[in-house]
Amino acid sequence: MVDFSLWDIFRNLGLAARWTIGLALVAFVGGGAVGLALLLARLARLPGAQRGVAGYVQLFQGTPLLMQLFLAYFGLALFGLQVSAWAAAALALTLYTSAFLAEIWRGCVEAIPRGQWEAADSLALSFGEKMRHVVGPQAARIAVAPTVGFLVQVIKGTALASVIGFIELTKAGTMIANATFQPFTVYACVALCYFALCWPISAASRRLERRLAHGH
Amino acid sequence: MAIETTAATPTAPAAGTPAGSATAPIVRIQGLRKRYGTNEVLKGIDLDVAPGEVVAIIGKSGSGKSTLLRCINGLEVFQEGALSVQGLPLAHGQPKAMRELRQHVGMIFQNFNLFPHLSVGRNVMLAPTLVKQRDGAAAAEQARRLLARVGLAEKFDARPDQLSGGQQQRVAIARALAMEPAVLLCDEITSALDPELVGEVLRVVESLAAEGMTLLMVTHEMNFARKVSDRVVFMHAGRIHEMGPPAQLFGAPATPELQQFLAALH
Repeated sequence: MVDFSLWDIFRNLGLAARWTIGLALVAFVGGGAVGLALLLARLARLPGAQRGVAGYVQLFQGTPLLMQLFLAYFGLALFGLQVSAWAAAALALTLYTSAFLAEIWRGCVEAIPRGQWEAADSLALSFGEKMRHVVGPQAARIAVAPTVGFLVQVIKGTALASVIGFIELTKAGTMIANATFQPFTVYACVALCYFALCWPISAASRRLERRLAHGH
Repeated sequence: MAIETTAATPTAPAAGTPAGSATAPIVRIQGLRKRYGTNEVLKGIDLDVAPGEVVAIIGKSGSGKSTLLRCINGLEVFQEGALSVQGLPLAHGQPKAMRELRQHVGMIFQNFNLFPHLSVGRNVMLAPTLVKQRDGAAAAEQARRLLARVGLAEKFDARPDQLSGGQQQRVAIARALAMEPAVLLCDEITSALDPELVGEVLRVVESLAAEGMTLLMVTHEMNFARKVSDRVVFMHAGRIHEMGPPAQLFGAPATPELQQFLAALH
């Protein structure tokens, strides 16, 4: 049997962590773009957007991420689309993230006083100008902290992609544990890796929140 | 009693306008009705405003006076009737038409509603640069001129939250004027101010009136309304209940509702 040192465990986990980070980034950037589009469709009162987006958000908030991953992986295969575990995980996490961000950001937009909208309307600003110059900047300021906080949720959420065979941090941990017969040590290392990724982000989120709370 | 007087009012505007009935009205409101669900808050408003006219709208809270004002630039949707500004009909749900109309109508709010993330100068410059595509230098020059006019020349780079309420409201006036509106709507613009700051705002409004700006103002400042306005509109229960020159309305109120309203103020 090959002997695994603690260094070997961390080295292998480190390699797999790149996929965790990659998946989280794809989900966050893609989810942010989709979420913003959903939010704008809703705010612009496009026909059907109000109900459509609300339903979309309810769907993804009301079902476990694990089920969404299963459905993306096995469901697409059912339609004859052979997707890799990577693609399925990226898709599911992007949709999941978009639903949550659309809802988080909607709350931030709704926190902007109605008088700001009315002042912008009175000055004949178009919807796009209002969003870009009046409501957007103010909402973005409020949104920073909860958005960064949600990034932590997404990073931890990527662990579930291990169940459809995507080799990221958790899946790598399982494989190493099977090889070394030291599950406690290995999973403790896995947990430490997640902590090392998430803690700095949480800390940054808290710092931002404090700073933004103290005026501008 | 109430019904009789309102039935009589549609003929009054022409008589009340100082410019005479020959000039085309700058604001024309005909048969305007607004409902929230089954609750009708405006029950058929007819009002013509002549260019350069200063109209004060008074009445109890809930009489519909603010709602009427907010209908004029489309902040409130109404269900029946027609409204036009400088011949441009107000068309809800048509962004282009609304944008065109709103360039002719400025509005000043009770709570100032300055954009807190922009400097005072940027607040004034924003709409002209976006909507009228004025270039930055020209917009800045105009903003400085307008801020000087409301007595705040040195505040160009200040943040709104560094100003007093009276100063913020004067910036809001400069911001509205930057769009060079034909009509200015003032919605209880001194109600949120400390008493000692009311005067500085009213002086600016008075100077606008003196320069011939068309003004429609909902106000609780009866002395100001009496002094500055050409015509006073008393609203009661969603209707224009009584209307006429300030001397007539304040000096010899015809309806018991207006008599009661004025008596309650003292």
